[in-house]
Amino acid sequence: MTTEKTVTLWIDGVKVTAPAKSTILQAADSTNINIPSLCYHPDLSVIGACRVCVVEVEGQRNPVASCSFPVAEGMKVTTSSPLLRRLRRDIVELILDNHPMDCQTCARNGTCELQKLAHDLGVRERLFEGERKRIEVDKSSPVHRNPEKCILCGRCVRVCSEVQGVHNLSVQNRGFHNVVAPAHDGKMIDSVCIHCGQCVNVCPTAAFTEQDATESVFEALSNPDLHVVVHTAPAIRATIGEGFGFRVGTPVTGKLVTALRMAGFKKVFDTNFGADLTICEESEEFVSRIKKNERLPLITSCSPGWVNFMERFYPELIPLTSTCKSPMSMLSTLLKTYYAQQSGIDPQKIFVVAVMPCTAKKFEARREELKTPWGSPYTDAVLTTRELIWMLKCVGVDFANVEDGAFDSPLGVSSGAADIFGATGGVMEAALRTAYEKITCKELEKLDFEEMRGVEGVKESSISINGTIINIGVANGLQNAKKLLDRVVSGEKQYHIIEIMACPGGCVAGGGQPYPPKGIYVLDPSLARLRARALYAIDESKTMRKSHENPAITALYENFLGAPNSHLCHELLHTKYEPKTPRGVK
Amino acid sequence: MMTTAMERLLERRAKAEKRLRKEKFDAEIRMTVGSATCENAAGANEVFSSLKELIKKHGLKNVALSRVGCTGRCDMEPVVTVFDRRNTPVKYSTMSPAKAEQMLESHIIKGVPLKEMAMPRAGVTADARFSEDGLWADARLTDRFSSIFGDVNFFGKQMRMTLRNCGVIDPESMDEYLMVRGYQAAVKVLGEMAPNEVVDAITKSGLRGRGGGGFPTGVKWSFALAQKSDEKFIICNADEGDPGAFMDRSTIEGDPHSVIEGMIVGGYAIGARQGYVYIRAEYPLAIKRLEQAIDDARKEGFLGTKIFGTEWDFDIEIRLGAGAFVCGEETALIRSIEGERGMPRPRPPYPAVSGLWGRPTVINNVETLANIAVVILDGPEWFASIGTAKSKGTKVFALAGKVCNTGLVEVPMGTTLRDVVYGVGGGIRDGKKFKAVQTGGPAGGCLPESFLDTPVDYDSLTAAGSMMGSGGMIVIDEDSCMVDVARFFLDFTQDESCGKCTPCREGTKRMLEILQRITSGKGVNGDIEKLLRLGDTIKRTSLCGLGQAAPNPVISTIKHFRDEYEAHIREKRCPAGVCTQLLSYTIVAENCTGCTACRRKCPVECISGNPKEAHVIDQSRCVKCGRCLEVCKFDAVKRK
Amino acid sequence: MKNQLLQKEIDKARAVLSKSSVDYIELCNKKKNPNSYLISVLHKVQGEYGYLGKEQMDAVSVLMQVPAAKVTGVASFYHFFTFTPRGKHRISLCMGTACFVKGAGKVLEKIQELLDTKVGETSADGLFSIDVARCVGACALAPVMLVDDKVYAQVKPAQVDKILAEYGFVPKKAKK
Repeated sequence: MTTEKTVTLWIDGVKVTAPAKSTILQAADSTNINIPSLCYHPDLSVIGACRVCVVEVEGQRNPVASCSFPVAEGMKVTTSSPLLRRLRRDIVELILDNHPMDCQTCARNGTCELQKLAHDLGVRERLFEGERKRIEVDKSSPVHRNPEKCILCGRCVRVCSEVQGVHNLSVQNRGFHNVVAPAHDGKMIDSVCIHCGQCVNVCPTAAFTEQDATESVFEALSNPDLHVVVHTAPAIRATIGEGFGFRVGTPVTGKLVTALRMAGFKKVFDTNFGADLTICEESEEFVSRIKKNERLPLITSCSPGWVNFMERFYPELIPLTSTCKSPMSMLSTLLKTYYAQQSGIDPQKIFVVAVMPCTAKKFEARREELKTPWGSPYTDAVLTTRELIWMLKCVGVDFANVEDGAFDSPLGVSSGAADIFGATGGVMEAALRTAYEKITCKELEKLDFEEMRGVEGVKESSISINGTIINIGVANGLQNAKKLLDRVVSGEKQYHIIEIMACPGGCVAGGGQPYPPKGIYVLDPSLARLRARALYAIDESKTMRKSHENPAITALYENFLGAPNSHLCHELLHTKYEPKTPRGVK
Repeated sequence: MMTTAMERLLERRAKAEKRLRKEKFDAEIRMTVGSATCENAAGANEVFSSLKELIKKHGLKNVALSRVGCTGRCDMEPVVTVFDRRNTPVKYSTMSPAKAEQMLESHIIKGVPLKEMAMPRAGVTADARFSEDGLWADARLTDRFSSIFGDVNFFGKQMRMTLRNCGVIDPESMDEYLMVRGYQAAVKVLGEMAPNEVVDAITKSGLRGRGGGGFPTGVKWSFALAQKSDEKFIICNADEGDPGAFMDRSTIEGDPHSVIEGMIVGGYAIGARQGYVYIRAEYPLAIKRLEQAIDDARKEGFLGTKIFGTEWDFDIEIRLGAGAFVCGEETALIRSIEGERGMPRPRPPYPAVSGLWGRPTVINNVETLANIAVVILDGPEWFASIGTAKSKGTKVFALAGKVCNTGLVEVPMGTTLRDVVYGVGGGIRDGKKFKAVQTGGPAGGCLPESFLDTPVDYDSLTAAGSMMGSGGMIVIDEDSCMVDVARFFLDFTQDESCGKCTPCREGTKRMLEILQRITSGKGVNGDIEKLLRLGDTIKRTSLCGLGQAAPNPVISTIKHFRDEYEAHIREKRCPAGVCTQLLSYTIVAENCTGCTACRRKCPVECISGNPKEAHVIDQSRCVKCGRCLEVCKFDAVKRK
Repeated sequence: MKNQLLQKEIDKARAVLSKSSVDYIELCNKKKNPNSYLISVLHKVQGEYGYLGKEQMDAVSVLMQVPAAKVTGVASFYHFFTFTPRGKHRISLCMGTACFVKGAGKVLEKIQELLDTKVGETSADGLFSIDVARCVGACALAPVMLVDDKVYAQVKPAQVDKILAEYGFVPKKAKK
């Protein structure tokens, strides 16, 4: 093993040893000096565009961008000086001069990186104010695009192509007229956008935000004719605490339930129930395909960003993709069928709200094939974690101090397998726990599939079930997924089952999750790892850890659905896909 | 018996000579028609065809007619040069088909040159033997041009190194290029020199990049040579974008093989087997001539595999720009060749380490490459003897604006601005007063009269607050407003900013707004200071050279012409009378005869007055179009 | 199966472009670094259609397998490319330094006024489109105005109507 070459340099007079290939900004990490930056993102390529991170380097005529300038032996760096303060101030003011001054009413008020920089760098007056770009907000899709708030840092462009491989966003036009937009400067809904919301996550301002559903939910809650119920995705319990000052990775399931009741929801169910049901249906599908040795690998379909991606970029994989609806859609469907029947409520009066870590779920909820026979969607409104945090604050819930509550039964009962759906590899682990026992009719001794855990982009493994080798692939982040899928398409490797989650790290780092606190970047693997740890802890703490052992699920099959993959199951719990245009270019 | 590459080349040249003598040079009379884009625009094609017709009509034998590149005498175009055995070459200027007929009948048929149509000549010194062997002697490459044209006033103070063959040879003829020792430099390095020897020679010559940066070419090559890589590239930057500069176009149109030869030498020196020429799509003739030259070179075995019969492979591909000034910047140009938006990336790493497709890449400007053969054949020592201590050789300038002689001029480094403007350029047109000379295009600055003795070289111009740039040189007289000139250049860079980095994208916009404010009479105290502050921020923090230089025209005009800015801001007055919105038109009652001409022509009907009575302009409605001034025959309308 | 779906898209795209454009793209696709030919392909397509329409750019995206956002991002970066059909005659006014100093701005104003059309736009009757050029390199002839390929030298504002009349321009007052 070769040791990495290092160099020694001085940053503000402090001797620093850093890898020879690092940049000044990276080297400064170890000095407790925060060099301000904006376009820089440690998990994306470096473009050196915003120039906020300029520092002085002895021997260089002009200040250099520390995010891109490589360190050198003996280099002397100054990160703060009267000149640098003025230059940084001016640069940030120049950005502000072309930015709407509506901080108080902005969705990112308080979480905006530009706002914070302007404050920190001392922009207290506007010296150069002038013409500002005027471009309409594109509200055509669940991901809203507001170019007026765009500061052209290009993080969204990079995340969309480098992490997600969607390449939907590019800078269009030139110079002062630059605008980040899909092809033809067109609408998001007409583009190859998969609505994953990673652009929303990395955007330092409110140039990308989710479509706001809070108003419709508030309205429904105040409508006496409606029976408003809510269910929350597995990943929410691991992240919503961050919005109320809890440390990253603190599970707050009980508080979440209580808070939702306080907000006025008639029933608080758990999307986990849908997850357990998904596992039962999907493993049945898997077992049957394995037995017939056809349409393999089975590819999971829980992640709506992935489903959108598949329909646009890999339509040839439609036959391999599980026909199971996602946990959200399964549960929403049951709420307007089974639950309506059981409770004697007119299903058309039931208003289903789903709290999701995800912007693509908003798109899923509007899909034609997921609508009720009477035309309205099974899921009436999808709230992201961020939206719910705000709603709870709006109604004054003192989240940190509420008592723990419990989900309503029976559609709130779930196994530990369902909780881990929120992390990459979790669906696979849950599926294996059930599929193993279904195939072998034996009890699984060790429930933890460690090799499925962790935030690596691609995980591969093989297990033996009844002497049959099952090749498993797990990918998170679509650029990673491509690696697996291209092997499938080319026939290079024979997989039996593949789990794909669109967002890097899985739902815990979904496009609707809270903006992380200071010091952690949104794509930082450690963020996903900490959040996932909360879910695995919940799983471990449960005694019921296999979906097919969920008694509420068993009862559901017995009383309502019949057997897994029954006719009624197919009608209610399965869906279909079709190739979408424009087709994406990989 | 093995023949060397040089022997083969000379053999090939002998063949060319034989053919050329038969077709052209043994003719009694030879006529050449300048035919670059500008000449064609001025009507050179028509002149050429009418001469061709006339030769046929009159049944003239022993008269050869051919095209050559541009001699750079822009305001005299089209130019026809007549070589006969009795007279020194005569250059006929501003020709038309009618004038051509007149000239042909007198000079060609009767043997009487038409002095009144010819360019002035100071004395007769041309080498009379030019048509036998003088032109082709193995003399210095640079001597050839002056032996033909040296005695014409305009060219007297010039030294033609880059443009040595422009206007001398037919750019579309491989044979003619071979006759001027063409490809001899390429064969020499391939046959006799190791790559590091070539790099050393270029380093020793002191040649610096002619595209604007002035980086030593040999040093650049040595960086790329030192890199280990399975692939390297050499790129010719022909994305000439400075408004007012067109020496690269003229070089390619007039002497495309010299650029190809420079690339062959450079490719060999750094270890690149593939070259690219990145050229503006707006230069169709240059593209056409270059394509043909590349094709011809391939046919001869000068490009392709095992070139000149050696073991070395080298080929060239043309890539078109598409109208983006910033692509003149190295890293943006690379992105553009890669098929991307031409946005620069931070350096380091420099292209010589990681360039096109991440491979070591050298990018040289057209003018630089055209000089390579001179260094190789006439020697780095000789090259280094021309110019100043730190700037060697010559520089081509596109002299334009309010100067008598406009065109492409090539002077040794170190020539003073005064010598260029007054010596070569003939001083200011129409007896006006000199105000400033702008060099370096949008990246440069405006220098006032007190700087006229500045020598033109990289460091002196930079020290004076301007730049060599790619060689635009615009002469500005008293009729131009310096604030308006600054606004013009900033308007250009602002429009051409790629928009990637904040200071250039947003900052130039704000500077432009302030300048627009000032020129429209809305300037306020503090605007000059804001311009200087923003200018400083942009210069210091922009990502690429375009942004870093963008404020130069503003900063230099504030430095040298601050009083003009102040007049605009404080007195709402444009001293040069250019800024429309600061002008006012009034009618002097004593002079006005009441002819009503102005009243009738006023587009906004703001002039009142009865016939035969003095008229009055309603200032509140006047749009300052100046029509009244134009139509007044009695000097009654005054502009302030 | 998989190839069929993609092939369908490719066939659709092939039908949009002329054969010579498709041939050129396929030639480029076979070369090393095929994506680097995007700008060349756009030149080719614009050369044939006079402009780059949405359909054409989408077809280029499919045939070259370059994301559409990149195709339009690249195309809109370079001012040589135009996205709307141009007028029958293309007026192009040089705005190089020499032309500017010699009064090209006034000539441009006059053209815009006479045609009631702004730079970059096409006149209502489809007869003219106006562009400004960056230095055509004929500085001695400044100010220079081009109509299609014809060069007009030393143009004065007062001459503009006569020049345009050569191409069928009828002044507004005469139209009544």
